[in-house]
Amino acid sequence: MAKRIDVSGLSAFYGAHKAIDDISMTVEPRSVTAFIGPSGCGKSTFLRTLNRMHEVTPGGRVEGKVMLDDENLYGSNVDPVAVRRTVGMVFQRPNPFPTMSIFDNVAAGLRLNGKYKKSALNDIVEKSLKGANLWNEVKDRLNKPGSGLSGGQQQRLCIARAIAVEPDVLLMDEPCSALDPISTLAIEDLIGELKERFTIVIVTHNMQQAARVSDRTAFFNLAAVGQPGKLIELDDTERIFSNPSVQATEDYISGRFG
Amino acid sequence: MSHAIQERPVSVAPRRGPLSHARLPRWTPAAVAAFSIAAGIGIGLAAGWHSKVQWGMLAALLFVLTTYAVTTKVEGARQAKDRVATSLVWVCFVLAVVPLLSLAWVTISKGMAVLDVYFLTHSMNGVLDTEAGGGVYHALLGTIEQVGIATLIAAPIGLLTAVYLVEYGGGKLAQAVTFFVDVMTGIPSIVAGLFILATWNLMLGFGPSGFAGAMALAILMMPVVVRSTEEMLKLVPNELREASLALGIPKWRTILKVVLPTAIGGITTGVMLAVARITGETAPVLLLVFGTKLINPNPFEGAQSSLPLYVYEQYAVGTDASVARAWAAALVLIAFVMILNLVARGIARWKAPKTGR
Ligand SMILES: Nc1ncnc2c1ncn2[C@@H]1O[C@H](COP(=O)(O)OP(=O)(O)OP(=O)(O)O)[C@@H](O)[C@H]1O
Ligand SMILES: [Mg+2]
Repeated sequence: MAKRIDVSGLSAFYGAHKAIDDISMTVEPRSVTAFIGPSGCGKSTFLRTLNRMHEVTPGGRVEGKVMLDDENLYGSNVDPVAVRRTVGMVFQRPNPFPTMSIFDNVAAGLRLNGKYKKSALNDIVEKSLKGANLWNEVKDRLNKPGSGLSGGQQQRLCIARAIAVEPDVLLMDEPCSALDPISTLAIEDLIGELKERFTIVIVTHNMQQAARVSDRTAFFNLAAVGQPGKLIELDDTERIFSNPSVQATEDYISGRFG
Repeated sequence: MSHAIQERPVSVAPRRGPLSHARLPRWTPAAVAAFSIAAGIGIGLAAGWHSKVQWGMLAALLFVLTTYAVTTKVEGARQAKDRVATSLVWVCFVLAVVPLLSLAWVTISKGMAVLDVYFLTHSMNGVLDTEAGGGVYHALLGTIEQVGIATLIAAPIGLLTAVYLVEYGGGKLAQAVTFFVDVMTGIPSIVAGLFILATWNLMLGFGPSGFAGAMALAILMMPVVVRSTEEMLKLVPNELREASLALGIPKWRTILKVVLPTAIGGITTGVMLAVARITGETAPVLLLVFGTKLINPNPFEGAQSSLPLYVYEQYAVGTDASVARAWAAALVLIAFVMILNLVARGIARWKAPKTGR
């Protein structure tokens, strides 16, 4: 079941360093929202505040509110573990579990949460691997270690692992930066399918990708190195790429960025 | 290397470009080594040096110097430095291996004299220390029990401490724990023995037993386990923890199912090193386990023996028969540690992250 994310007045810190400043935005359910912006402007940081992964970093601290439908993720009684079950994540660098086989990697989320039916596990793993466009490549070696795959295959394995637990929201941090064009297209198609069921947020440095897959696009920027990143504008992708309301966005998209 | 050039019929000799230079043949290091050893022996004999150590030192020195001279002449200064570094590494390797091999050789050659099934399956019951006969069974049994109990105490505590320090620590408490672990690493074994003697035996009034010795051994073992486990846990990439947490897996399950399995190989090796360290301890065993000639399978009551203690006692008696028993027991001790090590390596390899394609 997809959920709406409503962020208001959100700032995130690494120790004393403020990485993002006062961000407010709404992410619509059953849609794809793309985050674009220069390196270091806090896209990953912001993404990680949406499933309470930011506080896992030593010194990580968050101010502000993130409403998932009508529940504040940073409310005092909220269990971060439960949040992460609802809001899944795919990381910039592929990180399969090295001790586990391909099958176990995909099944890990269900198994280690203890919430699964043994009989259903095979089907879920197969469905997830097919969903991540990896099934044909690994169906004969499901018991081989996941770290024996190529980088792109590993990333698709991580996507399969994340969708196997059926989250409501899926956060993807440059999921295609290690993939070839064919796998990238497959992932993009997959994102198109997944948005029927999930709310998807994707960070990307690839403008064409943002234009292809997303319904809405958010542009982040930072005033200078060492300054916190800010949300510059969020709008329908078409508008952002054709007629953005802020000059900086147009400069960035057209490559005239200083 | 130069197929293309050789296929051309016109070329007489391969032309030398700016990137190539004269190379020494591959067998040069071996030849230099043979020459140095021969020269070392020759000069040693001629000068009448008695100590073989001096011969070896001379040979090693000659090896490095000759390598340098020859390479400078043929290949140039940079290659000479490279080769000297390589030859120094080889010399150090030999220096490290020689004592090890000679130790193994002496122990095996002297220990095999009385080592047989009878020796392994009988105690010293009714055998005078000065006479031939008897065996090591009671000491072997004592060592296995004491080391086993010590490991059962120290390994879980050490492991959990390390998990706390790496996964949860960070505050004042963690600093204090780290400090005390460091202090514990430096405790001499006799002090650990005296501590148990003062508390367990004198204050609480228990007699000597294998368990008392095991407690002292556990004190010695714990800091080693904590330290090595800590290092291994720190090697586990943070991305794996994050991947697991992001799936909504609670922290304790992440540690149990992702972090520990990834580090299990190194942790096992660390625990084995600690076991190897305490297996050879004599002092606390002498104080607390006391030593006996009889088989006492109960570690919780009455004196036991142990292998290092047995070696010490037999060697101190000083007759031919007892010294032979001491060597045989030393060999049993080494073999015991070795077998444990191999088993642990087997487990580690079986459990370690697999990277095969
Ligand atoms: N673990 C950390 N500790 C301290 N500072 C950090 C940490 N991670 C990121 N930062 C800082 O926070 C800021 C935002 O980083 P972030 O990784 O969110 O950027 P990004 O937009 O994802 O960049 P990229 O496009 O290169 O991935 C940067 O200034 C960075 O130096
Ligand atoms: Mg990033």
